[in-house]
Amino acid sequence: MFAYFVRRILQMIPTILGVILMLFLLFNFFAGDPAQILAGKMPNPERIAAIRKELGLDEPWFVQLWVFFKQVVTFDFGRSWTTNEQVSQLLAARLPVTLTIMLPVWVLEAAIAVVLALGVAYVRGTLTDRVVMAICTASMSISLLLYAVVGQWVFGSVLGWAPVQGWGDDLATNLSTYAWLPILLILFVAITPSLRLYRSFVVEEINQDYVRTARAKGVSDNRIMFVHVLRNASIPIVTNMALSLPGLVVGSFIIEQIFSIPGIGREVIVAVEKSDFPVIKAITIMVAFVTMFANLIVDVLYKVLDPRVELK
Amino acid sequence: MSKSQGFWAQAMRRLFSGWLARGCVLVLLVFLSMTLAGWAGLVAKNWDEQVAVSYANPNFMKDAPNPQGEASRLTYAKIEVDEASRAVDPLAPNYAKFDELEKQYHQDETPLDWSRPMGADKQGRDIVDKVIKASQVSITVGVMAAVFAVLIGTVLGALGGYFGGIIDAALEWVYSVFTAMPYILLVMAIASIVRTPGISTVVFILAITGWTGTYRLIRSEYVKQRGREYVQAANAIGASNSRRMFIHILPNVSHLMLVQLSQLVVDFIKSEVVLSFLGFGVPSSSVSWGVMISEVRAELVLGKWWQLAAAAGVMSLFVVTFGLFTDLLRDALDPKARRK
Repeated sequence: MFAYFVRRILQMIPTILGVILMLFLLFNFFAGDPAQILAGKMPNPERIAAIRKELGLDEPWFVQLWVFFKQVVTFDFGRSWTTNEQVSQLLAARLPVTLTIMLPVWVLEAAIAVVLALGVAYVRGTLTDRVVMAICTASMSISLLLYAVVGQWVFGSVLGWAPVQGWGDDLATNLSTYAWLPILLILFVAITPSLRLYRSFVVEEINQDYVRTARAKGVSDNRIMFVHVLRNASIPIVTNMALSLPGLVVGSFIIEQIFSIPGIGREVIVAVEKSDFPVIKAITIMVAFVTMFANLIVDVLYKVLDPRVELK
Repeated sequence: MSKSQGFWAQAMRRLFSGWLARGCVLVLLVFLSMTLAGWAGLVAKNWDEQVAVSYANPNFMKDAPNPQGEASRLTYAKIEVDEASRAVDPLAPNYAKFDELEKQYHQDETPLDWSRPMGADKQGRDIVDKVIKASQVSITVGVMAAVFAVLIGTVLGALGGYFGGIIDAALEWVYSVFTAMPYILLVMAIASIVRTPGISTVVFILAITGWTGTYRLIRSEYVKQRGREYVQAANAIGASNSRRMFIHILPNVSHLMLVQLSQLVVDFIKSEVVLSFLGFGVPSSSVSWGVMISEVRAELVLGKWWQLAAAAGVMSLFVVTFGLFTDLLRDALDPKARRK
């Protein structure tokens, strides 16, 4: 187990290096001269030269690459080009906001989707099953954008149940006032693909022999579904949940933009608008790390949840 | 003995045996002909001209009050000039000349409608024309990006899967780098670099980031196929590597390409809508479903819902139909995958 763990971590190194190299190529070679962007609308040569010196852009490329590599290792990306804030501090301030929205979404989505999937799989083939699946297919196709725009209008402007947009300072206010509507709207879109997926996992398990054995022994339907079947279907379900971890950190661009929530997603949008490369690079690297970490968790969880799985 | 049906014929028979697939195709054909007609300049040619008052009502709401409607049309009263004012006006000797000039100056009055079939937007552009134009742009972007992404993915997947070894390892590495970041974040990072707004830019960004799924699928299929007997036979008769890859194996994976293509069209249309909404997609001088929806937020507060209804309705119809059709197509082309 330990040897496997170490090997997996070693395997992650080329990918990390690749991400660093790709971002370096993108932002240092294809992105144009940052000095031109920073110098503003009326640049003069001395100012540009000064900025180039300050950013180390007149160094040879391998020195710049080494500097970027050091930035990644220490997670110190210098200062934002637009606000002059420390990038790491900026992200530390934005991350809790995004998690306030995304953690409840993650937990509620899993809980609701699993229970519904068990229910729908139990009555599989009936009209209820088909209607639920048809609704899923349709609602999956409709973009979160529409839910968000319409939801904000209906609940925020017309009914006045929630503020149209904004964000507070403490967690309790945020959850009770500002966050519940965005959470609800993301759930509308997030549940249906999971439900469809989990249903297929559960149906797969229901067809196994052990279910028939349990039923023959007189185990109640509830116990079969929630104990036997759920336990075995939990591996792909947990995998799916772990794979959505990176999404928790990035947040939802649309929701954060529409509801003016100062999270990571909105920060990316602002950074892209302002060509604030240090912020974009930092967020991309951070999310790449989380993604690889999530994949690692998935593989380890396989072993924990199902002793039959052999780790290679 | 009668000739047995080929793979494609069987698949098509399976596909069109149900009414659902036929219905989907019908709807998609309508969208397709609309797109082609848009390209040919037959419909929605003058979508960006002002033809109605700002926020003109839809026809069925003709009697609803509209602050910008008929009642608010500009009126002006003619000022009567009497003898007293004529006496003090220093310009009085020139009146005859002014009248002469006025007759030469030809002025057309463009009457603006205050109600349109589906209403009008802020600039008085007809929503029907606008949504047709938006469909044309969005569908074009989705289809073009999907074609390019599938091409990139197929070529890379074929190379990696067929040759294996160092080429495969290198491509696997590139793949893992691309998938180490969430898709939309990668798109945003590239959007921050490619700063020339335009439809081709959106297509480029979506294609350059969207090939990974196709690559994975095609690669594994090539690994499976390269050892098959027909490939060995092709080798025996002296077919070159590229001939074996693209003449012999490719037709056997083309159904996967088709499924990927139709899957990606929907994904890319949704991405394009999000990108345009956030302001990094189709420039606002053009129009797409995303642009229309992003315009709508301020209008909803004023109670002008018709642009949202039109864009959302048309977009949802297309995406839902295309999504359903993709499912049916996959079932028909890949019967073994049906259980999943």
